[in-house]
Amino acid sequence: MKKTKISVKDLNLYYGHKQALKDITLEIPVNKVTAFIGPSGCGKSTFLRTINRMNDLIDDVKISGNVSIDEINIYDKDIDVVNLRKRIGMVFQKSNLFPKSIFENLVYGLRINGMKNKKLLNEIAEKTLKQAALWDEVKDRLNEHAFSLSGGQQQRLCIARALVVEPEIILMDEPASALDPISTGKIEELIHELKKRYTIVIVTHNMQQAARVSDVTALFYLGELIEYDSTTKIFTNPDKKQTEDYVTGRFG
Amino acid sequence: MELARKKRDIFGSIFINGIRLFFFILVFVLVLILSKIIYEGIGIISLEFIFDAPRNNMMDGGIGPAIFGTLAVTFIMILMAVPLGVFAAIYLNEYAKDTFLTRVIRTSVNNLAGVPSIVFGLFGLGFFIFFIGKNIDEVLQTGLLFGQPCLLWASSTLAVLVLPIVIVSTLEALNAVPKTHRDASYGLGATKWQTIRNVVLPQARPGILTGTILAISRGAGETAPVLFLGAAFFLPNLPIADICIGGYCISMINPAEQFMYLAYHIFILATQSSNPTLTLPIQYGATLVLIAITFLLNVTAIIFRYRFRKIIGRI
Repeated sequence: MKKTKISVKDLNLYYGHKQALKDITLEIPVNKVTAFIGPSGCGKSTFLRTINRMNDLIDDVKISGNVSIDEINIYDKDIDVVNLRKRIGMVFQKSNLFPKSIFENLVYGLRINGMKNKKLLNEIAEKTLKQAALWDEVKDRLNEHAFSLSGGQQQRLCIARALVVEPEIILMDEPASALDPISTGKIEELIHELKKRYTIVIVTHNMQQAARVSDVTALFYLGELIEYDSTTKIFTNPDKKQTEDYVTGRFG
Repeated sequence: MELARKKRDIFGSIFINGIRLFFFILVFVLVLILSKIIYEGIGIISLEFIFDAPRNNMMDGGIGPAIFGTLAVTFIMILMAVPLGVFAAIYLNEYAKDTFLTRVIRTSVNNLAGVPSIVFGLFGLGFFIFFIGKNIDEVLQTGLLFGQPCLLWASSTLAVLVLPIVIVSTLEALNAVPKTHRDASYGLGATKWQTIRNVVLPQARPGILTGTILAISRGAGETAPVLFLGAAFFLPNLPIADICIGGYCISMINPAEQFMYLAYHIFILATQSSNPTLTLPIQYGATLVLIAITFLLNVTAIIFRYRFRKIIGRI
């Protein structure tokens, strides 16, 4: 079996009194793409945000259970959340570039780490943009405002921005849901390219997308993990009737 | 059917024209006031009027000391109100948890903005002069220096008066920064302070600036509070003192002095001078200058906001 990067055991999450995740246990393999699917409100985004502890930012969230990365529990009280988030890149549903230049957006993660060396910043920026297949499109306009990019380019710049700090894991929360098919295609190609170096977890509403980009798929429903298996199995021969109904579009 | 439609149309046009009428009444009144002031005041405006002191029992001369006093008081007011207000707002919006207490504080800040300014004047007299000033004098053995009306306490009181404006506009500006931008910053491993400094504050800056300048023009136009707090009828000297370090002297605002104040000056000329009719041109001139100062400040605010928005770009 593949090596595990993230291991989740008996995870429960409550917003106030409302339970949003129920006894989630699963293992996310290293250097693969894991897709979370399920209808809106099923807890898949919430679950994604437990992996880099973004839920900490919301008042009134209670979490029990265990989330380990490389066998270290990230909810241990000795864990430095800021360092944890540096190891985990996150890409959101809508591009959330800062109102700054393309270059400044890209190197934000380095700047907050105190990197000032202009030459080094430039080198890393170029390397990362090439990795994100964006270099040819933006190399002559790095100092332009980030909002001058198209929607698809903006989202790919968001991915590049997350790559700059060399994370081990990239979390993507419906990264292509607001994009046209061509931009979506480019993002998917990029994901395919990136999984050689990173462990990727992607939340998606788009069943075909999950089938195309992921190696492993988890189906969530009402805060519970319904089925978790290789993508091929989930989409062709799932164990549960509910999974079959969902992937074939009969409910959800 | 046809009749119903006609009725609807008539009702609609009455409504729209009614609103239009109200709008024109408003503009008309504004234009009337402004044109009257400009018409009556423009004749007297000259360099001498702006820089000279009043002469001849206020019947003659300029309003220089009053302009200087107004600028000095508002300057020190900004130094106090803006840092205090901005940091208070940052704390309330970014750090304080949403509890009953913070909600009470937020509401109180909003209500404070509606308190009549004379109340602030009395507060300043009681708190700054009789409590703080008197105690400073006692502790430092300075005789009667801080325990009397002066520029410092007038500025402090106006600072308290405009504080709600600064806080509320800063709160709004901070609130307008999208949560997604904060998430992006946290997601990249930024700390809370890094996020506030690098993402939130740059975007909130236009709003903070607008609030600041609105506060200035409000403070500069206040009369009631400075009544108790050191605004003088007439002073031959400007409230300045020379600070000398090693034979090198600079003139600084002396916060322990009394001062003349434009808005108060107008009030005095109109009500307390020996011949209010004779001083009418000076009153109009001073009013015009006061309106011009606040107008210029507001325009500055708008320009600043526009330029920062352009830097920030379309969202």
